[in-house]
Amino acid sequence: MIVLDLFHYWTFIALLMMGFYTVIVKNNLVKRLLGLSLFQSAVFLLFIGIAKVEGGTTPIFTNLVDSQVFSNPLPQVLILTAIVVGISTSALGLAIILRIKEAYGTIEEDEIQSREEEAQ
Amino acid sequence: MLSHLPILQVVVPMLMAPLVLLIQPARLAWALTLATSALAFAIAINLVQLTTSDGPMLYPIGGWEAPYGIELQVDGLSALFLLIVSGASTFVLLAGYQSLISEIKESKLNWFFGAWLLALAGLLGIVVSGDAFNIFVFMEIASLASYVLIAGGPNRQALPAVFKYLIMGTIGATFYLIGIGLIYIMTGTLNMSDIATKLPSVVDQTPILVAAGFISIGLALKAAIFPMHAWLPNTYCFAPNMVTAFLAACSTKIAIYVLLRVDFTLFQSNLIGHLIQFKIFLIPLACMAILAGAYMAMRDTLAKKIFAWSSVGQVGYIILGAALVSHSGLTSALLHSFNHALAKGTIFIGIGLLALQAKSGELSSFAGLGRRHPLAAIAITIAGLSLVGIPGTAGFLSKWLLIQAVFEQPNGVIALLAIVLVSSLMSVVYLARFLETLFFPPAPAGSEPTLPLGATAILVMLALSSIYFGLAPALPMELATQAADTLLGYGK
Repeated sequence: MIVLDLFHYWTFIALLMMGFYTVIVKNNLVKRLLGLSLFQSAVFLLFIGIAKVEGGTTPIFTNLVDSQVFSNPLPQVLILTAIVVGISTSALGLAIILRIKEAYGTIEEDEIQSREEEAQ
Repeated sequence: MLSHLPILQVVVPMLMAPLVLLIQPARLAWALTLATSALAFAIAINLVQLTTSDGPMLYPIGGWEAPYGIELQVDGLSALFLLIVSGASTFVLLAGYQSLISEIKESKLNWFFGAWLLALAGLLGIVVSGDAFNIFVFMEIASLASYVLIAGGPNRQALPAVFKYLIMGTIGATFYLIGIGLIYIMTGTLNMSDIATKLPSVVDQTPILVAAGFISIGLALKAAIFPMHAWLPNTYCFAPNMVTAFLAACSTKIAIYVLLRVDFTLFQSNLIGHLIQFKIFLIPLACMAILAGAYMAMRDTLAKKIFAWSSVGQVGYIILGAALVSHSGLTSALLHSFNHALAKGTIFIGIGLLALQAKSGELSSFAGLGRRHPLAAIAITIAGLSLVGIPGTAGFLSKWLLIQAVFEQPNGVIALLAIVLVSSLMSVVYLARFLETLFFPPAPAGSEPTLPLGATAILVMLALSSIYFGLAPALPMELATQAADTLLGYGK
């Protein structure tokens, strides 16, 4: 049971490792960038997951709500920023991949290397 | 007004960045960037004076008091790094106009300068912030902007290099974020001094230990501590010359700053056995970095890559000093950050100026250029001697302090001394190889234009300041001592 109780941490670790594996193993630059995105998203999930308070409601003070338990809004705000950072990273990464394609005619890591060796 | 300096330090370059984008003649955009950077430098000097005389400055952004609002914190440690970052940016810009014009399309230069100011704002932001998450955001601003700067040059090899840097840099920053997340789970706060007060009451230390691991590894990636340095040599080598000068002078040092800051504020006093773990983790890495960096620098044949590898080794010296966790060790590490920024900045500016005349980045295309341009070459020589640690130069002092700190250690003195001495000899070898190529072959034929006069003057001035700070080290010494005091004072 204790394992299932912590399922959101397990999801975080699984996603993190899948992303990390993709970044390390894949040869194609776009796939590596996707892996990186997954890697970052896993961390976003970690933060979002910890914000949930059991039985908690939206953290807005009104007289209509009886519950005095609120979910923690701070991690969500942090992750909003982190998502923006993540998107910028992906966008910049894709732009660099475009330039690599223009310069080398390929986006496979090993082919880029062999083309560089040919040029020398 | 003076109390607002911490925020102005970041806001000025950040707001000027979009403004510079709108300015079309490249020369004007350059002048505006230079003026902004100089202003940031002036603010940094002011902050150094204020922190030296009045102690640490706290600045709650928008009047929201910590721990609820974001707090900026400028103390003896931050002051030193503010000076390094803003100084590096200002002097590189001052000397770098011709080099930048030659490498970057004139129509794109305003974009380039916008990215430069963002990188500057990010690096300064990391240093002034007292909020752990805020540091992450500034770290990403600085990194994203520096990827743009590195990829901005004409060299296509910069592109795969910068992609690798982007992947590794993002992994590093994300590791840092995971660490911050774990700390937040356990303490419920992000303000660094607030975390430090709450950590002792955390019952289960395991998550904090894991957080320390994630943060150390993540920042070690960003600081290019061996063996996590894989992104550095190619990135520095293929970036535009002036970008290399700017980043080599300060970007890895800022990661080291965050590593020290977080570690000494949060972990040293609150985690059981952390001191030993810190030493066992970093001292071997530092030793390997020192040797591997110097060895690879001896073997490489690309002019800039030689000194990029030397940066890997020099980061090792800084980490070694810091990992000894003694007052003299930390002072040597911080002093070496300053001296290395000065020397490496000078060398890369010098190479950038000589590269205006060289056909490629190969060492062989620099043959004889020292005879044609003796002033620039002598400036590189002086900075190189400071890098090696010849008495009379600034680099000697920090190495001397490092050796003193090593002697204070209970064990391993001989091994560490041997490493420092052997690597110094190795650095003589790679420096000599470069200087031999500059001075000994006959000057290249043909009537080439002379180097830009103003830039050469700046270069010579920077080289002379390496000697000045070697003979009259009062200023950097005082700053480094103050910074070491601050570090050891955290958590007490």
